[in-house]
Amino acid sequence: MASNTYDAIVIGAGHNGMIAAAYLARAGKKAVVLERREIVGGAAVTEEIFPGYRFSEFSYVVSLLRPEIIRDLELPRHGLKILPLPSTVTPLDNGDYLAGWDDHDLTRREIYRHSPRDAEAYDEYSRVMARAAKAIKPIIGLVPPDPSSLSWRDMKGLLKLGQYAHSLSEHELYRIAKLVTQSSADLLEEWFELDPLKGTKAASGIIGTYLGPRSPGTAYVLLHHYMGEIDGAFRAWGFAKNGTGGVTAAIASSARALGVEIRTSAAVDKVIVRGGRAAGVALANGDELTAKVVMSAADPKRSFLQFVDQQHFPDEFVQAIRDFRVRGSSGKVNIALSGLPDFTCLPGEGPLHRGAISISPSIEYVERAYDDAKYGNFSRQPYMDIIIPSMIDRDMAPPGHHVMSCFVQYAPYDVAGGWDDTKKEAFGETVIATIEKYAPNIRRMIVGKQVITPRDIERIAGITGGNIFHGELLLHQLFFMRPAPQWADFRTPLAGYYFGAAGAHPGGGVMGAAGKMAANEILKDWQ
Amino acid sequence: MPELSTVHHPLYQLRRTPFHARTSQLCLPHNWRRWGGCIAVGSYDLGLDREYWAIRNHAALIDISPLIKYEIGGPDAARLLHRLTPRDIHRMQVGQVYYTGWCDDDGKLLDDGTVTRIGEQSFRLTAAEPQYRWLSMNAVGMQVQVTELTEQMAALSLQGPKSRTILNLACEQPVDSLKYFRMAFNRIAGKAVSVSRTGYTGDLGYEIWMDAADALVIWDALMAAGHDYGITPTGILAMDMARVEAGLFMLDVDYTSASHAWIAGQRSSPYEMGLGWTVNLDKQGYFVGRRALEREHREGSSWKMVGLEIDWEGLEREYAAVGMPPQIPASAVRGSIPIYTGPRQVGYASTSTWSPVLKKYIALVHLQQPFHAPGTRVEIEVTVEHHRRKSPATVVALPFYDPEWKKK
Repeated sequence: MASNTYDAIVIGAGHNGMIAAAYLARAGKKAVVLERREIVGGAAVTEEIFPGYRFSEFSYVVSLLRPEIIRDLELPRHGLKILPLPSTVTPLDNGDYLAGWDDHDLTRREIYRHSPRDAEAYDEYSRVMARAAKAIKPIIGLVPPDPSSLSWRDMKGLLKLGQYAHSLSEHELYRIAKLVTQSSADLLEEWFELDPLKGTKAASGIIGTYLGPRSPGTAYVLLHHYMGEIDGAFRAWGFAKNGTGGVTAAIASSARALGVEIRTSAAVDKVIVRGGRAAGVALANGDELTAKVVMSAADPKRSFLQFVDQQHFPDEFVQAIRDFRVRGSSGKVNIALSGLPDFTCLPGEGPLHRGAISISPSIEYVERAYDDAKYGNFSRQPYMDIIIPSMIDRDMAPPGHHVMSCFVQYAPYDVAGGWDDTKKEAFGETVIATIEKYAPNIRRMIVGKQVITPRDIERIAGITGGNIFHGELLLHQLFFMRPAPQWADFRTPLAGYYFGAAGAHPGGGVMGAAGKMAANEILKDWQ
Repeated sequence: MPELSTVHHPLYQLRRTPFHARTSQLCLPHNWRRWGGCIAVGSYDLGLDREYWAIRNHAALIDISPLIKYEIGGPDAARLLHRLTPRDIHRMQVGQVYYTGWCDDDGKLLDDGTVTRIGEQSFRLTAAEPQYRWLSMNAVGMQVQVTELTEQMAALSLQGPKSRTILNLACEQPVDSLKYFRMAFNRIAGKAVSVSRTGYTGDLGYEIWMDAADALVIWDALMAAGHDYGITPTGILAMDMARVEAGLFMLDVDYTSASHAWIAGQRSSPYEMGLGWTVNLDKQGYFVGRRALEREHREGSSWKMVGLEIDWEGLEREYAAVGMPPQIPASAVRGSIPIYTGPRQVGYASTSTWSPVLKKYIALVHLQQPFHAPGTRVEIEVTVEHHRRKSPATVVALPFYDPEWKKK
């Protein structure tokens, strides 16, 4: 039996928790990661749901994993490979499609086929967004300063931010101000006329939010997704070898090599507080572990309303966390297939099957999908982001067979009448019927399907509300307000208790920035 | 069976030009390059010598169809181009061709190309990159129609001292009276063409514009007419050497479009690119970038693109130090090379090449004021056996090569 005394305890073996622990171990600290489930990964797991068919159960693409984390933790040596996801195709109702490639000339030619005007606007739009992403990117790497604080550290942070804002041209500043306040529909309508192009772009502005493309603030989410595209040689969206679980497996392996202990089936019941400081944790099985610091990589609600007695926090902090919006709005359907379905617009097998297939024929379509959700129903005609992982990594399914991953929005967490088996089945059927419109023979090929609602995300991955970003990427929940005003620097009102996951700055995605930055702050505070 | 018609959308490859059936037969080394979303022949031979010397001694036939082309027509067509470019379009005669760049409001180049006045209210504009959006934005409130012709219109460049003789044989009307930077309608093999006395080589030469459907017939007619005069299908790599000798620059190689630039320092003005002669500040009315260009004209530019001749003796000395003769790349090099005065870097070369006709190693260079004055002695970085050295060089005015028959 290992000793139960550590320098640092990290709650949750998702990518952020393990990354934080790895950085702490790298600095010579004795760290343990405690995981409720029997496997590591959190929402970044690969599971063999049906024998021979492996699925990235929840999170299914990788774009924002910070390159310095990959280098620092030597993840390639631990098996990390991010395979290209080179295209997005939007099937159209008339049997045609609109495709976008990772090649400028080919994409231009394809858009030109539909709209010469948009082909040119697309070039300029991409450059403007890339520049805006470049302009905003340094902010992601900054620990958010508290604008109401007079502490030296916060003043210095604000000064740095001010200097940075000053370095931007007036033009860029306006552009950014507009981007963070606009709706994605408004932004896209300024640029394009082509419905499927606007619909597909708009869709990336609503992923993980409980908003529609016409809701203000969604343009920022669109920009958030552009971040991955400006890291030079570091490619944009990708699919991890062995699924997203491949990423967390590499992180776990690296963390262990650095001396981190990872305990699975070790659910945390409470954070132990002694003398006004976090002093350890009590596990559900009654074991107690002690440490100098405790970091939670769980969602904000669990971290602050469940693990710690509320008496240890100021009322307004508790209120802010209660108000933090974590309503899940998306579901997932993972399908095992006996073959490759024939899409009407893409018969047979071609290069476009190695990329994303987006069911987003227009902004109108996506907004209508939202209308259903607004009144508590799952979308009758949902937006979907589909990939066929077995086309990218042949190890995901038996030879000749395939797995299909369908991200589906909207599927409200608190669907009217609650989620039960009937409703879940109906949701799964809606997804299949929607795909069937574009790939009529898919039903015959289905070997098995796993339907995941936000309730399941909550139940299996342990994310309260089932929001894929641990909390919506809304303007009032970002930067110095994530997860709560004055507490965006990975510290919490409870001394010795830290917070470093998607619910912290800079937000979700398999990015790892929150885990890494939290570890840095812990080390800065180390006595 | 699924409907197969959509499979034919040519998504999986770059566009082919209307001459592909001929050029692909002749491109023996499979040396293909990209140009404007098309595949273009890099070279038809394994080496570039024969094609280069066709430009300088016979006649080179170059497929330039990938150029972006627009037809601009309507009562306000001249007004639009007058507003868009720094040239005085209202003074242009029908049949005249202008070379010009065009700028954003900060007076920084967006692209460059030729404007041809086809008729009183009709122009043709060529560009390296798509400009439809920029044209439309500037045409607000004007009675003007912008039509992209890139794919409908094929184009060939016939460059070299024998180009006139060949065209006189191939064309219905002789081209003897066609002056430098003028255009005239003609027919080849019974097909309507327009012929402009323009090019990208600095030699005697013509560009022939035609309907894409007539492309192969016209190619064949020119090849037949030119057979006894050394006509040679030529790829864009040999043309790249010739255009440096002619002092002609290229978008994305020698300058960055203001619309692509990540930072302000990447942008270039027409003055900085040596195009001061195209900026008609005395012309009537507003044009895009006017105020910024007036200011730059008044205050002077901080940089200028000029020519650089690298001293052969100096180069020999650097190589002799390791016991080798000078090693020169066989084609134009599109890569930034630092230029120094003593320890201080004062600029860079953007394209450098061996000039077979001049027997000189030359480069297009961008130098800070005052180092761009002709005759200034500077040093260029050369990598000799993996070690960086500096070799002396002299600033010269462009072009490097300007044969008297080019304009005659």
